[in-house]
Amino acid sequence: MRLLRTVLASAVALAAGVAALAVATQGFSAFTTEAARRVAVGRHPVPVPPVVVENQTGAHFRLSALGGEWVIVDFVSTRCVDQCEVLDANFARLETILAKPIAAEHLRLLSISFDPTRDTPAELTAYLQRFGGHSPGWQAARPVQAGDLERLERAFGVTVIPDGRGGYTHNSAILVVDPRQRLIEILDWRDPERAAREILRKLDG
Amino acid sequence: MDSRVRRMRVLMAGALLPLLLAVPPLQRVLEASMTAQMLVQIPLLAIAGALLGRSLPRRTASRVALWNRGGVTGLIVVTFAAACWMLPLSLDAAKAGAAADCVKFLTVPLLIGLPLAVSWPHMSFVLRGVLLFEAMATLFRMGWLYLISPVRLCNGYGLSDQQRLGEWLLIAGAALLAWVVWRLLWGSPRATAQAVGPGVRDGSRP
Repeated sequence: MRLLRTVLASAVALAAGVAALAVATQGFSAFTTEAARRVAVGRHPVPVPPVVVENQTGAHFRLSALGGEWVIVDFVSTRCVDQCEVLDANFARLETILAKPIAAEHLRLLSISFDPTRDTPAELTAYLQRFGGHSPGWQAARPVQAGDLERLERAFGVTVIPDGRGGYTHNSAILVVDPRQRLIEILDWRDPERAAREILRKLDG
Repeated sequence: MDSRVRRMRVLMAGALLPLLLAVPPLQRVLEASMTAQMLVQIPLLAIAGALLGRSLPRRTASRVALWNRGGVTGLIVVTFAAACWMLPLSLDAAKAGAAADCVKFLTVPLLIGLPLAVSWPHMSFVLRGVLLFEAMATLFRMGWLYLISPVRLCNGYGLSDQQRLGEWLLIAGAALLAWVVWRLLWGSPRATAQAVGPGVRDGSRP
């Protein structure tokens, strides 16, 4: 009797355990937050919050004003080195590969600063010059109102942590926003060629 | 009467420990580092659950034992709950949001510590061995993974923190191994029987 009950209870525990793990890992497809949010965004696109940003020229505009075009977004700090420098260089590579749709105004690149107090329009201009960014195809911008940075970080799944030396550690990605202003895909920032191929496929599709 | 008083004290300790860990400054300090969350906070929550398990009234304990022959059911619950809290995304979620943190403060004591304390006395020598060696292997595997991974596995924690956790997991695995070897080789026969021997309180064994 005790054996039977134990077998029954164990079966229930096993089923509940497998179910809990499946839910936690999006059906065993993601074990890190980064992988999980990529899967989640692919299944359920995330609307971009209608936040006002200030670009490198000091012009203010609402992110929703970019609707109707594809927008490729990354999050940066102009003072971030190491990983950021590579991300920035890869973004510059994207600008070159995607020159045609950018010229046709089907697509634009937007670097959003997660360090708005330090990244003034002057800093953003210097940043774009450093990486060869040409406005209006590639713009850099910072959120201006209190709380907007948090809204953007939440929508795009960006986590920034201070590294204790005055700099930052943060997750990087190439974020694809469709003309309906929805984040629909998160691409690996380390491989700009592959990201460009994915983006071109989306543009054609 | 004396044992009831003692049981009440254990119950109080088991209930107060999670409340103490939930005090905001302490909770923030322990979640600020991956190492502290995984090797201090979560183990302490599990210990709180074990204290709750130890304080169960004897009647409840024997009723639970009807469904937990040889501690097998408890072992399954512990294994899956521990697996869930070993996922990097769980550590991230617990650091980032209050909801996941609440889930942690409930499930680690109640689904890891408590079932382990309730099931351990019923487990056979073989099952205890499996549990201990699986725990050891997991500590070594996770430690090695965190130590060599060039990418951050948690968005909320830096790479150096991850590597430090890797080192400490290897140390914890080695300490567990040393404890088991010491227990097997030099523990007194009675202590060894209690620690890794067959379940003495489980009437179902021949």
